[in-house]
Amino acid sequence: MEIKKTSLNKLHQSNNAKFVEFAGYEMPIQYSKGIIEEHKFTRSSSGIFDVSHMGQLFIYGDESLTEELEKIFPLDLKNLKQNCSKYSFLMNEDAGIYDDLIITKIEEGYLIILNAACKDKDFDILSNLLGSKFRMNLDNNRSLIAIQGPKSVEILNSIINGVDQLNFMTGNWFDSDNQKLFVTRSGYTGEDGFEISISNDKAEQFVENLIEKGAQLIGLGARDTLRLEAGLCLYGHELDINKTPIEANLRWAISKSRLSNGGFIGSKKIMNQMQDGASQIRVGIKPEGRLIAREKTKIFNDKDKQIGEITSGTFGPSVNGPIAMGYVDKEFSKVDTKILLEVRGKKHPANVCALPFYKKNYVKGVN
Amino acid sequence: MSEVKFSKEHEWITLEGDVATIGITKHATEMLGDIVFAELPEKGSNVEKDGTAGVVESTKAASDVYTPVSGEVVDTNQSIVDDPAKINEDPEGSAWFFKLKIKDSSELDTLMNKEDYDKFAKETSN
Repeated sequence: MEIKKTSLNKLHQSNNAKFVEFAGYEMPIQYSKGIIEEHKFTRSSSGIFDVSHMGQLFIYGDESLTEELEKIFPLDLKNLKQNCSKYSFLMNEDAGIYDDLIITKIEEGYLIILNAACKDKDFDILSNLLGSKFRMNLDNNRSLIAIQGPKSVEILNSIINGVDQLNFMTGNWFDSDNQKLFVTRSGYTGEDGFEISISNDKAEQFVENLIEKGAQLIGLGARDTLRLEAGLCLYGHELDINKTPIEANLRWAISKSRLSNGGFIGSKKIMNQMQDGASQIRVGIKPEGRLIAREKTKIFNDKDKQIGEITSGTFGPSVNGPIAMGYVDKEFSKVDTKILLEVRGKKHPANVCALPFYKKNYVKGVN
Repeated sequence: MSEVKFSKEHEWITLEGDVATIGITKHATEMLGDIVFAELPEKGSNVEKDGTAGVVESTKAASDVYTPVSGEVVDTNQSIVDDPAKINEDPEGSAWFFKLKIKDSSELDTLMNKEDYDKFAKETSN
């Protein structure tokens, strides 16, 4: 299959990107400055991320669409205000996660942002569940640009006036340069920031304007270290079809009213796990010293019994040390539990720790 | 000091008497990206030509470090363990990895000179 390219591919090239294949797309893993500098620049200033490979699924409909979607997602969508976003997941009957996503209620229906590797399958699953009653558009004509970090609000507001009035996890349509952009205040780095949905033919010029105002392009490498420091899950690592939201310690993302009544796909399993507890749970892990424990590293207790596995592990540039997330048996999931990580045949000490590794800087209560 | 020689695994080596100093090449550090972890062989241990003699990890992945010649480890550079970023800064100078009392100086004959290595590095990185 031919590798897909986003509308910013030429711009990545002219900024000396190193490319990798990710979910069938040629994506920049880093630019000339490297992952650590890109990471730190995002935390201190403003980083631009091309996330156009992600799916932008528009589903059009009225209250009857809300009712149908409540049968699928563990959210109180009836009480979700227009232009407000929620983090959620598409699950099977066993509460296994097909994908994690952000869903926003818009005037015309809903906008759902899906992971690149899952978007086509998600579309098929949702089409089957919803039938032909509602128009669905997995929009390939729009790019998605994230701008993240403390200076992003000032930079973006100078181009799209009014975005500074958005609260975290809300969005709206804005007019800029004779076109409609959908902007949400959100992101996946632990910083204040925005995601902008923009038509493909305008994306490159838009990003060049952001760069002119002082923002810099950041690759997927730093996106990964940023999200891991922020304690956020990445599909295919922390989350997959064999993990439930309860095991992934994402109970907070399930609306309280839905926990008691159920009625969504996977609700029985979720309610059972709420009562009996999950046998394994996602935790933060801090190796002692500088050792990095990467994905698939086995976790042991002090009696040489395997109690879990790392799902993501790297060096955290802002933490200035190694960090990881993984799943451990429930009895080892308490903060400060001593565990051992097997790296290159030797066991190394580590501690279960609270997430995030890096304090989040989201903006709430603008209005 | 002898001429600097290079291995296909992107190590460099110099010889002074019967003690060799070994590190990884600038080209290797450029391929690895930001180095954040280094593990060195134990002093007093014996390493065999082309065997593993350490690990470097970048933000992206872990890579073994091989020794281009056999010998006994007589010294290691603790400063790169304490501050692995030094390897990116000065890979072919102050950020050497370990020193070996070599067994057989003819092992160096199989290695490349700078010109051949630069050509090899260019060809293999495409």
